[in-house]
Amino acid sequence: MSETENSNSVGAVTPQRVQFKAPIQLKSGAVLPEFELVFETYGELNAARSNAVLVCHALAGSHHVAGWYAGDPDNIGWWDNLVGPGKPLDTNRFFVVGVNNLGGCYGSTGPVTLNPASGKPWGADFPVITVEDWVAAQARLADHLGIDVWAAVLGGSLGGMQALEWTLQYPERIRHALVIASTPKLTAQNIAFNEVARQAILTDPEFHAGHYYEHRAVPRRGLRLARMVGHITYLSDNQMDEKFGRRLRDGKRQFSYEVDFEVESYLRYQGDKFARYFDANTYLLITKALDYFDPALEYGGDLKAALARAQANFLVASFDTDWRFPPQRSRELVHALLCNRRNVTYAEIACTAGHDSFLLDDAHYHALMRAYLGNIKL
Amino acid sequence: MTHAPERFDFDVIAGWIRSGERVLDLGCGDGSLLRHLRDTRNVLGYGVELNPANVLACVRMGINVLQSDLERGLSGFESGGFDHVIMSLSLQAVQNTERLLREMLRVGREAAVSFPNFGYHSHRSAIAAGRMPVSRTLPYRWYDSPNVRFFTIADFEDLCASMQISILERHAFDENARRVQDDPNLNASLALYRLGRPGRTG
Repeated sequence: MSETENSNSVGAVTPQRVQFKAPIQLKSGAVLPEFELVFETYGELNAARSNAVLVCHALAGSHHVAGWYAGDPDNIGWWDNLVGPGKPLDTNRFFVVGVNNLGGCYGSTGPVTLNPASGKPWGADFPVITVEDWVAAQARLADHLGIDVWAAVLGGSLGGMQALEWTLQYPERIRHALVIASTPKLTAQNIAFNEVARQAILTDPEFHAGHYYEHRAVPRRGLRLARMVGHITYLSDNQMDEKFGRRLRDGKRQFSYEVDFEVESYLRYQGDKFARYFDANTYLLITKALDYFDPALEYGGDLKAALARAQANFLVASFDTDWRFPPQRSRELVHALLCNRRNVTYAEIACTAGHDSFLLDDAHYHALMRAYLGNIKL
Repeated sequence: MTHAPERFDFDVIAGWIRSGERVLDLGCGDGSLLRHLRDTRNVLGYGVELNPANVLACVRMGINVLQSDLERGLSGFESGGFDHVIMSLSLQAVQNTERLLREMLRVGREAAVSFPNFGYHSHRSAIAAGRMPVSRTLPYRWYDSPNVRFFTIADFEDLCASMQISILERHAFDENARRVQDDPNLNASLALYRLGRPGRTG
């Protein structure tokens, strides 16, 4: 890492843990008697407690948003290019919180943690969690940290859904929502891709109906396939073509089912890497949370009516090559906000990288984020 | 697409807008008109702009801006959602003039439109001399102009008549920002209109 990169990093960070003893009622009807969340914070909460920003993670993310770990300097936070001193989300100005969501596999209560009732990992018995539940759990964390009102809640993709949900569930506790590369609901095609991913996991013989921990097994093949199919939807057709084209890994065709094309090698690598560290039950749970997210459902599909509660100001941004949550999905959100006379800015950013563009440091994108966040009054 | 609008353009438009109105500015550029309206009229304003640099300028200024191509129309916007829909010096840069005018008066109770008058005498002289006009209100050369529609005050008023759009007010200015009363189609380089739905007067 170069000195300049070091100088605007939040530096070495330490995750924290908080236990909530009061039960949490989940959207499914299930109740978790108690739970823990793992989180990180960067910057200082000001005396007025008016500078707190929550960063919500998407499918594979965690509480480790920025900086690195003292014992593991290569483990850099997933949105480190955005968050840090002097960066668009400036930790000299804001107190930034990252949290691993309920049901996650990075330390918060989830399928891999012990079910106090059985003394064994929850596994498949862990209740299905929704975006509403995540936000309710995040609100407990806000209470714990003494944050009555977030200056902003932001996230990309599934993280953007949480930012949106904050404006509906706790309209008086969020001043700005930044909803990036997101959607007010999944399409049939989005759900279809998630279902393929789930089937890959559920039909893996090592899955053992979700109780693989006690069989000392890991449904690695299923998780790997799930990640491969997911990864395809994160990239754009053009970008994949530019990156891999039809290039052959060994320069010639093998006439076998081993890796021929570079793109195959890439997907296998991504799948293998992911399957080594991510939990299959958490993957299932998160794809379900994505599928269920639909704030308009209780309003007969009327998004405008669903958003009537929101009071926050919004920045909505999409990327022109994102075919997973394309600009049209963001425009629907924007128009529903307009109907409700909310302050909203919408940017449709040209970026070649598809859905994953929100994680990149595209100059225009980051300039927009810097400008919007910089105008938030503390 | 928008040139930096002149101050007098702002003031005339601001004069049409009451405090606290909902305003949509199509082709809002860097958001200076909306900022003016926010500061002087306390409007709930939104700009529509395609150019990324202008979108960024609006965000920096704290103006609500929606990045969108006006050629796509205003289909996502609710009918009657705005008190005024403004199009300052952008109408000549849009292909689908009729549809956009109709849309402006669907979405807004009134529209405010300004455009450079191609019938201005210096423009006529240029054409008479065999050259496309270049002036303060038409600063582009034929090969680098964002303008795609070339029309005069008289042409525009004909279109309004045929679309049954009510012209509620007209202001005309010359190159020196002086008001023009006498034969605006010849003597004005810039025209500003307050437009209403069919049947509206005053």
